[in-house]
Amino acid sequence: MLEISNLACSRGDHLLFSDLNFSLSAGDLLQVQGANGSGKTSLLRTLCGFMMPATGEIRWCGQNIRELGDAFYAEMVYLGHLNAIKDELNALENLRISAGLAGCKVDDKQVIAALRRMGLRGRETLPVKVLSQGQRRRVALTRLLLSNAPLWILDEPLTALDVGAVGLMQELIGEHLLNNGMVIYTTHQPLEVAGVATRWLALS
Amino acid sequence: MNKLSLLGLLSLVIRRDLVLAMRRRADVLTTLIFFVIVVSLFPLGVGPEMDMLRKMAPGVVWVAALLASMLSLGRMFSADYLDGTLEQMMLVPQSLSALVLAKILAHWMVSGLPLVIMAPVLGLQFDMPAQALWVLIAALLLGTPILSMIGAVGAALTLGLRGGGALVSLLVLPLCIPVLVFGAGAVEAIVSGTSVGSHLSLLGALLVMALVFTPWVTALALRISME
Repeated sequence: MLEISNLACSRGDHLLFSDLNFSLSAGDLLQVQGANGSGKTSLLRTLCGFMMPATGEIRWCGQNIRELGDAFYAEMVYLGHLNAIKDELNALENLRISAGLAGCKVDDKQVIAALRRMGLRGRETLPVKVLSQGQRRRVALTRLLLSNAPLWILDEPLTALDVGAVGLMQELIGEHLLNNGMVIYTTHQPLEVAGVATRWLALS
Repeated sequence: MNKLSLLGLLSLVIRRDLVLAMRRRADVLTTLIFFVIVVSLFPLGVGPEMDMLRKMAPGVVWVAALLASMLSLGRMFSADYLDGTLEQMMLVPQSLSALVLAKILAHWMVSGLPLVIMAPVLGLQFDMPAQALWVLIAALLLGTPILSMIGAVGAALTLGLRGGGALVSLLVLPLCIPVLVFGAGAVEAIVSGTSVGSHLSLLGALLVMALVFTPWVTALALRISME
């Protein structure tokens, strides 16, 4: 369970948001809303520990994430604006490496099955640089399928995706929540997951 | 809980970086060819006077190795930074210092090791005696990893800055002076008939010190750069 209390975040001298309180427990879906520049990405990066909060605390299962360190990282997946895939490698190699780094033991069959589910049949062994933007995003999203971490932190997961892929994402998030996962994400596109009430967090 | 063993992490990151380097061979070759050309320019510019060439050989090879290693520093983290993989590496549930050490080792294998292998061939151009060539190889084997390690700190500090390439050289070159002094000194010692032991042991000591501190400092610098 993720708890945020009195969180404030600043970029340089500019205070982005302050007094932010919310908590996320198993099965919760939280959408962070706000205009451009309101600090959505900064909030997610603070949750990942890239940025130090100006004040306040982020706790995972009752403990500060700064103290937890690796134990927290083992239970979360972060998908940022950047896809974090190497152009020179193919989709299979990319995912094998990222799953390996995250400590998940996956074999090639699982990776290929996951890629096929993401609609990348026949693209498994092509170098990623020949894929389109949307297909690259799909490769990045496949990381979610291969991880068994309960917390997903997704920054604009739907950019460059077509209608079919957005539907697939909704399905994946739904499954993850049913497995007692939790998801916090930002998006400017509507994303509705069947049977789950989305909570909103507005940054202004 | 998912966790990768420390050795597993080291081998995974080294293998990954080596595969990436093999897919971008041009980058690796640029460093090596730069090294060869710079060293070869000296006999042409100074003239074929054997005594003088023999005397200046160790210094020339070392300075060229130093410059060549600067050339490849920019690549150590910047590609990973630009495509977001560095971000993911910071979220790896293992020690970031260990991961950085693996990246440094991989960087040395593709940019330092080829220089070590090439150096004796270039030494022949300067008519270096066989004994001196062996000492040159040993000194470079001890010294080039130090250059990669000190360079990693500079590369991490200048990550994402405009004109970081020139800045990193300004930061790192002065710190490499001890390596240059003892590295070239070892070869000069064998030529003039004194003991090389002291020079090589000092290089070894520098290597151990760099091995202990630089991965940790680089990891800290990377965390600052990611903010």
